[in-house]
Amino acid sequence: MNKVYPDAKSALAGLLKDGMMIMSGGFGLCGIAEALSDAIRDSGVKNLTVVSNNAGVDGIGLSRLLETRQIRKMIASYVGENKLFAQQYLSGELELEFNPQGTLAERIRAGGAGIPAFFTKTGVGTLIAEGKEVREFDGEKYVMERGLFADLAIVHAWKGDTAGNLVYRKTARNFNPMMATAAKVTVAEVEHLVPAGEINPDHIHTPGVFVKRMIEVGTANKRIEFRNTRPRPAA
Amino acid sequence: MAWTREQMAARAAKELRDGFYVNLGIGIPTLVSNYIPEGISVQLQSENGMLGMGPFPYEGEEDADLINAGKQTVSELPSTSYFSSADSFAMIRGGHIDLSILGGMQVAENGDLANWMVPGKMVKGMGGAMDLVAGVKRVLVVMEHVAKDGPKLLHRCSLPLTGANVVDMVVTDLGVFTIDKHGKDGMALIELADGVTLDQIKANTEANFRVALTNT
Repeated sequence: MNKVYPDAKSALAGLLKDGMMIMSGGFGLCGIAEALSDAIRDSGVKNLTVVSNNAGVDGIGLSRLLETRQIRKMIASYVGENKLFAQQYLSGELELEFNPQGTLAERIRAGGAGIPAFFTKTGVGTLIAEGKEVREFDGEKYVMERGLFADLAIVHAWKGDTAGNLVYRKTARNFNPMMATAAKVTVAEVEHLVPAGEINPDHIHTPGVFVKRMIEVGTANKRIEFRNTRPRPAA
Repeated sequence: MAWTREQMAARAAKELRDGFYVNLGIGIPTLVSNYIPEGISVQLQSENGMLGMGPFPYEGEEDADLINAGKQTVSELPSTSYFSSADSFAMIRGGHIDLSILGGMQVAENGDLANWMVPGKMVKGMGGAMDLVAGVKRVLVVMEHVAKDGPKLLHRCSLPLTGANVVDMVVTDLGVFTIDKHGKDGMALIELADGVTLDQIKANTEANFRVALTNT
């Protein structure tokens, strides 16, 4: 079965419908599936619920779907560095569900692993626990959180092979591996596409079973949000 | 007289122990990495998926795939490992990180912390702060002693909480406090900053605290 598609538009063909839930990998601008999120924007699909740690920054990534009002609800842990997001949220156009970052990561991991709910001590005694079951285990309180499973996940990997196996690079891994497991269909964009067999099987982060479709995007479009450096010591 | 931001970071760094795995928040907590005491080796954890975080890279060596939780470019060390966000918070929530140093808006005498939202203002989100304070073995808050609108060390926090009964120690520009977050001993003032008097602390603190100075 061929998993490789020529471009983002063809890789998403037939998968998009109004009102669907989409997971989108990345932390800030690091490891975001930008070619795929741009193609979702171009498709015009609307009323989306999007699960992503952040919402891009103004003009880049998921923020482009905010510009076109295609997102109805965001599930995220941090949405700073995004004026458009703030504007739409404060005017009531956009629904926002904040999840603690670790709870968000675990909800996605659990959803992908067939676990409908779990208990965590994160958020006990805060707004996050309101309306949720709180139970005591071994003398400590824990709040119940639900697993998350989406209609579609878009992820970004460094290297992928034609069998759908993925390898991520450095901190661009972040939410991508869990999201790849937590949707009916996962589409991956990879910087380098190689024939099956070329990646050492011991080095694979996401096994091919989780990836239905993939495209090669190269490395030209990678972005740095805050460029910090230190001076080189004098020779 | 009071401590500067740098002096607050230097005081917080005295809480580091050899072999600690530590998560540093944004702002003054980040400065703590400049004051790691000699002879002590610590590994910095960045919750976006990195352990063994190095300093900012040399110019020309920035890597878009290598950032810290503040989205700044950083560098690798020989001890570095990378992992997913789920593994990162398994480390945090599972109690494998020794110390979390983070900023605060309000701290209550029972160890409650508020540092993620002000109702009615634009809210950026809690990021990993709620997981860190719930899961890390020891939680140290570094913050200014007083806000524009009054004291920050309170009987009870008025802002929405980041965590309930979570703070072990507070370093401010005026002094250092410990909190018996699960016991009955409450808050204690253990150090005064350079040139600061007990009266000055009393005038700027709403929380009840015992005086148990160790540096006089």
